[in-house]
Amino acid sequence: MSYIARRLIFYVVAAWVALTANFFIPRLVPGNAVEAIMSKFPELSPATYKALEAMLGVGHPAGLWSQYVSYLDDVAHFNFGIDVSQYPAHVSTLLGETIPWTLTLVGTATVIAFFLGTGLGILAGWRHGGWADRALPGLMFIQAIPYFFLALILIEVLAVKLHVFPIGSGYAGGLVPGWNWAFIGSAIYHSLLPAFTIVITSVAGWMLQMRNVMITTIGEDYVLAGQAKGLTNRRVVFTYAARNALLPQLQGFGLALGFVVSGAIIMEIVFSYPGIGLLLVNAVTSNDYPLTEAIFLVITFAVLLANLIVDLVLVFIDPRVRTREATA
Amino acid sequence: MTAVLPVSTSPEIVAEGRQEIGHWRRLPLKAKAGIVLLGLFVLVAIIGPLVTPYDPSYQNPSLNLSMHAPDAAHLLGTTSSGQDVLSQLLVGIRLTMELAFIVGVVATVLSVAVGVCAATFGGLWDELLTLVANVFLVIPALPLLIVLLGYLSQHGQWPTILVLSALGWPWGAKVIRAQTLAIRNRDFIAAAREAGESSWRIIAFEIIPNEYSLIAANFVNTVLYAIGTSVALAFIGVADLSSWSLGTILYWAQSQQALTLGAWWWFVPPGLAVALIGTSLVLLNTGIDELVNPRLRDAARANRIAGRTLRPADPTPVLADLQPRRSPVGAFLHSFSRSSLADGNEASR
Repeated sequence: MSYIARRLIFYVVAAWVALTANFFIPRLVPGNAVEAIMSKFPELSPATYKALEAMLGVGHPAGLWSQYVSYLDDVAHFNFGIDVSQYPAHVSTLLGETIPWTLTLVGTATVIAFFLGTGLGILAGWRHGGWADRALPGLMFIQAIPYFFLALILIEVLAVKLHVFPIGSGYAGGLVPGWNWAFIGSAIYHSLLPAFTIVITSVAGWMLQMRNVMITTIGEDYVLAGQAKGLTNRRVVFTYAARNALLPQLQGFGLALGFVVSGAIIMEIVFSYPGIGLLLVNAVTSNDYPLTEAIFLVITFAVLLANLIVDLVLVFIDPRVRTREATA
Repeated sequence: MTAVLPVSTSPEIVAEGRQEIGHWRRLPLKAKAGIVLLGLFVLVAIIGPLVTPYDPSYQNPSLNLSMHAPDAAHLLGTTSSGQDVLSQLLVGIRLTMELAFIVGVVATVLSVAVGVCAATFGGLWDELLTLVANVFLVIPALPLLIVLLGYLSQHGQWPTILVLSALGWPWGAKVIRAQTLAIRNRDFIAAAREAGESSWRIIAFEIIPNEYSLIAANFVNTVLYAIGTSVALAFIGVADLSSWSLGTILYWAQSQQALTLGAWWWFVPPGLAVALIGTSLVLLNTGIDELVNPRLRDAARANRIAGRTLRPADPTPVLADLQPRRSPVGAFLHSFSRSSLADGNEASR
C-alpha cells in the first residue's frame, strides 16, 4: 500500500474522531440545549423542535447507536439541518456563502507569508548574523503581540485616522456580491489590510524555523562539496541547502495549518469579515448549536484535506520518496 | 507558533547546559531579559490583587468618571461605566497568569508522561500513543475549543483550564518521545538496566533528568499557548465574562468601542501586558534553545575567529537511534504516520 493511501486512511481516522467528538459533545454537557435554543428563538416551529431534539440527542427515544448512525448519514449527505438563528435558512447555504471569503483571503495570505518567511529564513540562515538574522528579535516581539490587538491598532491608525484602508467588512456597503469589477475591486481593496496583518504576524514563525533548519543543513558535507566544486553561491544556497531544508519546513506547514485557522477566525472577528470564522463565533455566542457543529466539521475537514495536499507535495518534491513510491 | 526543536541531543551538551544554568552571568542575554521580564509579571500577579486601589467591578455612578483619561486618582483612567482600569489590570494579570501556569503544568506533565512512556515501553503502546497525538495535532484546536467552551463557558475559569490542558499536550509529547528514543539506547541507560534498576527508577532518575531543558522549553511553550489562546477566546466572548482576565478586559473594551472613542488607556495596557508576557516567554525559550544548542547562538560573535567569519562546518547533530524495532502490528500502525516518510530515506543512505 502506498504512502499516500496510508495517509488517507490516517485522515479518515482523524475525521472520524472529529465527527464522533462532535456527536458526543452536546450529549455530554449539562443542561438542555434544545430548551435553551427554543427559549431564545420562540419563532421556531414544533417540527424544528423535534429535529433539534434528534440532532442534539435530548429526550430522544431512539438509542444512542441509531442516533449516531443517522448522524453520520446526515453528514455524509451534507445535511446539516436548519439554522435556528437565521431560521429558516439551511446551514449548508450559510456555509456556501461564507467559505469562499475565508478560503480566498486566508489562503492567499498564508501562502504569501509562507514563501516570504521561508525566503527570509534562507537568507538569515545563510548569512548567519546578517541583517535578516538581526531582525528576528523584532519580528518575534510582533509575534508575541496578540494578533487581534495588533490588528485593531492597525485599523485605528491606517483605516480610522489615515483613511488608507477601509474599516472592515468584506466589501463596500451598497454593492451587491457578483462577478463585476466594482464588486471584485472593492473586495480586493477590503482584503488588503486583513491579509497584511496575517502576513506580518505569521512571517516570523516560518522565518525562524527555516533559519534554524538552514543553519543545520549548511553544516552538511554536500554543501561544502558544492562550494568546493566552485559552484556559485546562489546555486549552493538554493539547489543544495534550501531545497533540503525545505522538507521539514513543509512538514511544519501541515501542522501549522491549525494555527492558521485559529488566526483566521480571530481576524474575521476583528475585521467583521464575512467569512466562516465570524459565522462560527456568532453561532456560538447565540447558542446556535446546529450551525456551530457544522462549521467545526467543515473547518476540520478543510484542515485535513490541506494536510493531505501537503503530503502529496512532500512526496512530489522529495526524489527519494518518489522513487520509493514508484517501486512500491 | 515558535515551537523550535532543539536538535542537539548528546547528553554531554545537556549536562554542560545544566551546569551553566546556575551561573547567571553565563546565561544568554535573551534568557536573562526573559527571566527579568517574566519575574516582574509574576510579582505583579502575586501582589497585584492585594494592592488594587479600587474594586475592579465597582461602577462609579459619577457621570464625569465615564471613560476618564488617566489622572492621579485613576492612574490608568476609567472604563465607560466608571470602573478603574488599573485595578482590573492588576486582577486580570493574576487570573491570566494563574490560568496559563496551571495549564502549563498539567499539559507538560501529560506530555512527559505520554512521551516518556511511549518511548520507553515502545512497541504497540508507542504506536498507539503516537497515533493519538497525531490525531490531536491535526484537528484544529481553536474551533474545537470554541465549540466545547460554547457549551461550558458560563461555568467559570475551570472549563477553559481543563480544555486547554487536554488539547495542549500532543506537541510536547512528540518532542519528548523523540528525545527519549535518542537517550534510551545510550550506554548509561544500559548500565542502569544491567545494575538491576527498575523501569520506573530509570525513567525518573536517568531519563527525565536528561530532558530538563526540553521539558522547560515545552513548559514555556505551553504557557505561551495558554496565554495566547485564553486571551483570544475571551476576546471573542467565549469565556466567563464576569471575571477579570486580560482577555475579558479587552473584550469589554472592544465591545464598548474603547479604541474608536479614543480611550487608549482602556485598551492598550492589557494588550501591552499580554504582548510583554508573551515576549518574555519567547525570549526565555530562545534562551533555553541557545543554551542547549550552541549553534543557534548569536553567530556574529560565535563564528568570528581572529576577525574572519567562519561558517559552521562541523557535522550536523542528528537524532540517532531513531529507528526502533517494531512489532508487525506496531510497524503497521507506524506506516500511517507522516514520519514514516523518512524511514526509507534513512535506509537508503
